[in-house]
Amino acid sequence: MAYVYYPGCSLKGTGVSYEKSLLATFERLNIPLQELDDWNCCGATSYMSISEEQALLLSARNLALASENGGDIIAPCSACYMILNRTANILRDDRTLRQKIVEKLKNVGLEHLDLSVRVRHPLDVLVNDVGLDTIRSAVVNKLTGLRVFPYYGCLIVRPGNGFDHPTYPTSLDRLLEALGCEVIDHPLKTRCCGGSLTGTLEEVGVRLVYILLKEAKKRGAHTLATLCALCQFNLDVYQEKAARKYNEAFDFPILFFTQLVAFALGANPREIGLEHHFVPAEQIFEMVR
Amino acid sequence: MEAIQRTVKYEADLSPQFSEEIRHLPGGETLWQCIQCGLCSASCPLSIYMDYTPRRIMAMTREGFKEEVLQSKTIWLCASCYACTVFCPQQVEITHIMYHLKQMAIREKRYPRNFPIPVLAREFSTWVRNHGRASEFWVVFRTWRKIAIGRLLRMIPQGLKLMRLRRLPISVHSIRQRRQLKKLLAQMNGGA
Repeated sequence: MAYVYYPGCSLKGTGVSYEKSLLATFERLNIPLQELDDWNCCGATSYMSISEEQALLLSARNLALASENGGDIIAPCSACYMILNRTANILRDDRTLRQKIVEKLKNVGLEHLDLSVRVRHPLDVLVNDVGLDTIRSAVVNKLTGLRVFPYYGCLIVRPGNGFDHPTYPTSLDRLLEALGCEVIDHPLKTRCCGGSLTGTLEEVGVRLVYILLKEAKKRGAHTLATLCALCQFNLDVYQEKAARKYNEAFDFPILFFTQLVAFALGANPREIGLEHHFVPAEQIFEMVR
Repeated sequence: MEAIQRTVKYEADLSPQFSEEIRHLPGGETLWQCIQCGLCSASCPLSIYMDYTPRRIMAMTREGFKEEVLQSKTIWLCASCYACTVFCPQQVEITHIMYHLKQMAIREKRYPRNFPIPVLAREFSTWVRNHGRASEFWVVFRTWRKIAIGRLLRMIPQGLKLMRLRRLPISVHSIRQRRQLKKLLAQMNGGA
């Protein structure tokens, strides 16, 4: 099955190692990913705060572009994933609004809007399409002894996106177990990382980051596995500030889950973007070698 | 002599039109299912910073406290994590109602001017409208240039490190069909 890849702005900027490791993962699994041509920003939570209607149009343009190719859309960033999904759901349910949006799209030459196209997160695809058995049998570098704190962040399972539980998801736990990791159970799986607050009210953002790091430390984690470019950014880049502010030492490489998957499937550490990390991450992969 | 002000609001001061407007927006009608149990405030990771907790915002919106709600910091502190929405036993679409309130505060220009969150939201949206893609560097830069230049200076060490790690591109990327996107968005109400 072919997938349409919607990177979103972060994967071309602050989350560049997410893109590298995602592509490496799918390459190892021989699943083609075709980047959506001329995609635009999903609008994130900011555009939704300004104008609902324009925010819907932004996502509708992406859905229309993807309709040309057919095939499910893969959106790795949690905000993109949630917002594209929400737009598709709203347009499926609300006929009047759909007609209005379709008309606006036609006015600018976008003739085709296929709402049967599904918006998927790569975690969902790996666990439910590829399957854990396939992944288990494809593992070359087993991650034995690596204690991982699975961190889902808020938006991927909310509000009821359907592929996992909205407050206590387990897909990532099961995927990491299939790679040989020792997975830590904890109650903060979907607690907010602070989102863009680190860029606006830094103290508030840093506190939310601190709460997660402290929990991971208490439970003896070697690393945290994230699913979203913004979660990884906050936990990685603001770790030093959280340590200073709350007077507690942290030394957590913050990984994208795809870095662990790609490595386990045999990718070279050079392919998965370790050079972009704030807290050096090479140590994790030396541990399991 | 210091002016004395009434501290209690009478029913006549409230804005029933405001709550009616919310009722007619998508998800807005669910507000009338609220039983004021407070699970939203309890599950909210940001309620400890809010001027009114989410439970109070729900009550005040329903009763028509328009100025207080639209000028509150609460609606902007909401990070849209949907914890309240998934925990609500009454299926009130709290996060979406917060979005409607933010949109209304922008439209009516009532948001707190020096509060960075609405300013960032506006800068972000303007950038996306013009380029089709967001730029973390430029959006943050333009936000703080407006509010507090000093903060920008303090961000320099971290910014330089991010650039060295090749995680903070400064070059501007736009989509090819910029004009198509602009035309598309111009067809609908853009807030501000």
